Amino acid sequence: MTDFSFAFLSPLAPEIFLALAGLFLLIVGVFRGDKDTSLVGWMVVLAFAITGYLLLNGSWEETTALNGMFIMDQLAGIFKLVILVGLIISVALGIDHIKQENTARFEYPILTLFAGLGMLLMVSANDLLSLYMGLELQSLALYVLASINRDNVKSSEAGLKYFVLGAISSGMLLFGASLVYGYTGSTNFATIGEALAQQGSMGAIIGLVFMLSGLAFKVSAVPFHMWTPDVYEGAPTSVTAFFAMVPKIAAIALMIRLLFEAFPSVAGQWTQIIWILSALSMAVGAFAALQQTNIKRLLAYSSIGNMGFALVGLAAGTAEGIACVVVYMVIYMIMTAGTFGIVLSMRRNGNAVENISDLSGLSRNNPVMAYALAILMFSMSGIPPLAGFFGKFLVFKAAVGAGLYGLSVFGVLCSVVAAYYYIRIIKIMFFDEPVAKFDAGIPFARNLIVGLSVAFMLLFIFNPSPLLDISRDAVSVFFHNE
Amino acid sequence: MLANILSYQIFLPLLGALAIIALPKLSDTAARWIALAVSTVVFFISLVMLKDFDSTNAGYQFVENSSWFPALNLKYHVGVDGISLYFVLLSTFLTPICIISCWHAIDKRVKEFMVAFLILETFMVGTFVALDAILFYVFFEGVLLPMYLIIGVWGGKRRVYASFKFFLYTLLGSVLMLVALLYLYYATGTTDIEALAQNDLTRDVQIWLWLAFFASFAVKMPMWPVHTWLPDAHVEAPTAGSVILAGVLLKMGGYGFLRFSLPILPDASAYFTDFVFVLSIIAIVYTALVALVQEDMKKLIAYSSVSHMGFVTLGIFTGTQQGVDGAMFQMLSHGIISAALFLCVGVVYDRLHTREISRYGGLVKNMPKYATVFMILTLGSVGLPGTSGFVGEFLTLLGSFQVNTYAAVFATTGVVFGAAYMLVLYRKVIFGEPKNADASAMPDLTKTEYGYLVPLCIMVILFGVAPSLVMKNISPSVAKLLEHYQTSQDGTETYANVDLKEAGND
Repeated sequence: MTDFSFAFLSPLAPEIFLALAGLFLLIVGVFRGDKDTSLVGWMVVLAFAITGYLLLNGSWEETTALNGMFIMDQLAGIFKLVILVGLIISVALGIDHIKQENTARFEYPILTLFAGLGMLLMVSANDLLSLYMGLELQSLALYVLASINRDNVKSSEAGLKYFVLGAISSGMLLFGASLVYGYTGSTNFATIGEALAQQGSMGAIIGLVFMLSGLAFKVSAVPFHMWTPDVYEGAPTSVTAFFAMVPKIAAIALMIRLLFEAFPSVAGQWTQIIWILSALSMAVGAFAALQQTNIKRLLAYSSIGNMGFALVGLAAGTAEGIACVVVYMVIYMIMTAGTFGIVLSMRRNGNAVENISDLSGLSRNNPVMAYALAILMFSMSGIPPLAGFFGKFLVFKAAVGAGLYGLSVFGVLCSVVAAYYYIRIIKIMFFDEPVAKFDAGIPFARNLIVGLSVAFMLLFIFNPSPLLDISRDAVSVFFHNE
Repeated sequence: MLANILSYQIFLPLLGALAIIALPKLSDTAARWIALAVSTVVFFISLVMLKDFDSTNAGYQFVENSSWFPALNLKYHVGVDGISLYFVLLSTFLTPICIISCWHAIDKRVKEFMVAFLILETFMVGTFVALDAILFYVFFEGVLLPMYLIIGVWGGKRRVYASFKFFLYTLLGSVLMLVALLYLYYATGTTDIEALAQNDLTRDVQIWLWLAFFASFAVKMPMWPVHTWLPDAHVEAPTAGSVILAGVLLKMGGYGFLRFSLPILPDASAYFTDFVFVLSIIAIVYTALVALVQEDMKKLIAYSSVSHMGFVTLGIFTGTQQGVDGAMFQMLSHGIISAALFLCVGVVYDRLHTREISRYGGLVKNMPKYATVFMILTLGSVGLPGTSGFVGEFLTLLGSFQVNTYAAVFATTGVVFGAAYMLVLYRKVIFGEPKNADASAMPDLTKTEYGYLVPLCIMVILFGVAPSLVMKNISPSVAKLLEHYQTSQDGTETYANVDLKEAGND
């Protein structure tokens, strides 16, 4: 390389900045110790914000870097922005929470930062190797985060469980990747796609099945969901909020790119797999949540169900389908952020309470909080005119457009079953007799997040179009030829 | 003429609700007054709309069409024709009456109740004026939110069970309709209700779609055998909730049949005519018998609603001018009569806090005004000539007689049963010996109660004597609907026959 220049790294600028910021903050943390966790936390938020700024100012034209391992295009740009917003929300929720719980460790925000870096790389992965590297960077940070409350048995158990099962899923993913490489002779998505388009191969499809299993684990799609309720329950609540919101978006983005870039020619095969994952997730998400008493476990099953709905759009296998999945994930993330913001405020006498029955009569003790949660719950159950309805409406629209009538009918029926446990929460808040009040003194950041989330749920109906327009634009990268 | 007259009726209640929310120091009485003022203004706007309504025009009037969800080509498209006009009026008329009727009855969480009620009005009006199928769905389904809270928060002892049953039953039907709407969207490329009627779907496809729509509207109607949520919801809901439920929400089912099933899926509607007839007759006869043995006043009226709605479905699916006119009239008349009957039950419930029929007796002695009002409404419900109940039932039977004699014969027996249970109720409650001292000590109607019940009674008689007052607006739109129904059905009737022949040859 005679004329040496860093220009070839420019598509990676946000990631490089984030990595350097992480290393720097690690040093700050080591020197200042746990007492300055808030400072480190807000600096992490700032780092995310600057990353977002770099991302917005960078080019969103389709470019590859690092010999095709890294790709930057509009779809990646949108997903990265959404992920960064999710990360900022998670850290902002987390800082106050760990202070209240007296478990402040400066590693907490920094681990979130590295998980975030992994996610950004996942979204831009254009090669089996970069896919795996991004995924593992993210996963390792998440394993530690789950058990960050190391004196708590449940938290340690959650971390260990997550790690062991996560390791298995990574193993499956790697095995699948090696099969794909073996049968197609390349690790680059585009090259794999071309090779498969010329000549289909059974081996590569088997490899794809393994890879999908690994990714299904990350989005906690049934039957790879077993870890979810335990990890959600055991991990500190702010970490649970993070798990429910952000990693799933990255994993869905990765799934979209892998399936539509590397395996479009065998869409007939993988849409069947997604179909089954989706139907099972919706059913388990709906039925298993009926009997839950712990709100974190309930939200775990709810997130399983929600991933089922998102996968409906993917099962359609069309451009419209992915665009709708993007919209669905955005709405889902904002909805989840608000819900967890309220769950984090469920505290009595300085201790967090997690039972659904603790919400009893909330509408009289704290009507604002009760109405906010009611709106979020109605939205989750997909009742118009709230935003959650439009998410479901769009994915089912895509599914009906692709002729998946069976899956659509099955899905909407599951959503009715799921509506039962969402409105049960509302029933407990509004129809039951009040119990003791929750502690006052909810941090400003949390109130702001919940407020914005509720406002989004209510106001989305007045201008639903832009989000879908942007998403449609973004997914057009996969359909140049059509 | 007011521009955007429909949007005012949709969004003014919403603004009123926001005002009540936004003024945190508001007293309960002020919240009541705001709700009453807003809903009264909305009612006057509806009256202006009625005055400006052109009865010679069978199409949609006061149409507003603007972009809402351009990415999917969904429109904010609203308008009224003869079919929806009176439903809008019924909604805006009953809302202020409900608010007055619960002035003292609702004494806890008053502000929240008023907010819920105003939001409910927004959704009700929106449902009847929406001309975009998805917009219709949004309003139609949105009704669940305030109604769930109204039953659950302000309801009776078993309110939780009733509210869940109401919510889940209705939702289950509605989501299937959503899938059908999505299919229609792809099959025709539009969600505009008018344009949807110009489709070329084969009968087999129509049959599936019809069943999905039927799942939604039959539950809402409610038709036998999916009516079981209604008695529970009625009994547990507060008086105002029952009034709106019986007066307006049940009409959404019939409205849906007229707006979607007949014009968009004519072949399937014709195909399922006998099926609907059978269900309607079971509803008319069976639920009337069930009503005969009820001990709770509200439950009795709830079952009578199911029975009366049986006439509506019967009339709609006759596909004749008289039948559909009759169904429309029956819905309006039932909207007024049953709403007023529930208000009457509310009157005695507020005094004695029981709805058990056997606790009352001899009320004619201490409550003569109440006895008079109740009598007019009872006779209206029975369908005495000269009341609005008669016109609806008579036209429906006339229409069904032309199509299916047996159906008409069985349905007519329902009229007899209807007389039986209503007169028994009246005899037990109003006549007879006074049974309980507290019942005999109840004061007669207050001025307020008199004030909102008398207009309803006047309407019952007025529409009974001069049905043409309403019919002149309804009939042209019904005629247009039926003309479309007959022609598009004739076109494919041959197709259906050919299909059968081919099947026979196989």
